[in-house]
Amino acid sequence: MDNVNNDFESKRIVFVTVGTTSFDSLVKTVDSDQVKEALLEKGYTHLVIQMGRGSYIPKKSSGGEDGSLVVDYFTFSSSIADYLRSASLVISHAGSGSIFETLRLAKPLIVVVNEDLMDNHQSELAEELAERKHLFCGRPQTLCEVIKSSLNVDIIVPYEPAPTNLKAEKRILGAP
Amino acid sequence: MAVFVSVFLVITTTLLVARIVYVISQSSKPNRNTSQKHLSTLVVLGSGGHTAEMINLLSVMQKDWYAPRYYIAAATDNMSLQKARVFEDILDDKGADGTQFMQIYRSREVGQSYITSVGTTLLALGHALWLMVKIRPHVILCNGPGTCIPICAIAFIFKVLGIRWSYIFYVESIARVKRLSLSGLLLYKLHMADQLFVQWPQLQKQYPRARYVGRLM
Repeated sequence: MDNVNNDFESKRIVFVTVGTTSFDSLVKTVDSDQVKEALLEKGYTHLVIQMGRGSYIPKKSSGGEDGSLVVDYFTFSSSIADYLRSASLVISHAGSGSIFETLRLAKPLIVVVNEDLMDNHQSELAEELAERKHLFCGRPQTLCEVIKSSLNVDIIVPYEPAPTNLKAEKRILGAP
Repeated sequence: MAVFVSVFLVITTTLLVARIVYVISQSSKPNRNTSQKHLSTLVVLGSGGHTAEMINLLSVMQKDWYAPRYYIAAATDNMSLQKARVFEDILDDKGADGTQFMQIYRSREVGQSYITSVGTTLLALGHALWLMVKIRPHVILCNGPGTCIPICAIAFIFKVLGIRWSYIFYVESIARVKRLSLSGLLLYKLHMADQLFVQWPQLQKQYPRARYVGRLM
């Protein structure tokens, strides 16, 4: 993380996070030439992958003379928040923790739903938030398309929690 | 003799059923004993996202009223109690004196075989019962996942037997937009929760007895 803040202006980092899970199909997809090219075209310069418990190892790259993407990866880190802050775009699994942490930092976010999960209720949240234009939502096989055609940071609506109303609990308990 | 036994059985069964019907009919009715200054509160922590939502819920509640607070998390989950400790440390209120943090056995770990899980389920139930006898909370706050079901079932039995009248509040996870989770559905259908909260208005429309609480994240 030492050099993240140096020449910050010229760096546009894409941070990929799978949380505590393994999500090889996402890591494999972002490591593909197609996705890397699409990201370059959108003006991103760096790709940092948090791969969790996955077994697929992406190819590291320090970037070519031709200005190809700089790629780095790690498994876990206690400073995910720092990576999120330094990113210009976050590509995340559909866990609610990662989603809301990214939205709170007001970072452009693409959520990729893991279709291999048994009880796949996770897509509900991502799709609802995508409908409300807080983020973009896709699957591993549609990620490239989302980056190329849907990803437009100007249409993002900032997320805010809805005010909580605990009247029912107070009524039942007779709370002050 | 057989007549007496059967009459006895019929009477106890009738009384028990009547009591269960009464307990269910009283669920979500206002507290009759409002003279208390504090309500001991059991907070059942889930994992990751669930714990974050629970901490956010607690931060908008009136902490001096919900005291002392007892936090319970699965024995295999080290993070959740740690997060609760950090939350309590920041609070710095005098009422937090009796706050305790406890671990509970889980009935089944991910990937555990079904045969061994019979034994671990019994162990988990026994442990939950022991903790509930010790704490006898006035209020139970939970938001899934499975850990809260044994606790809520025991709380319901305590209500039926007149051991303790606990108010059960369940807040469905923000990740549930269209359907309740299995825990939420069980507590709703069996009328075990005094109030079930959801975080999306469209979900509330499907379950009329639920309340929309806003979004906690």
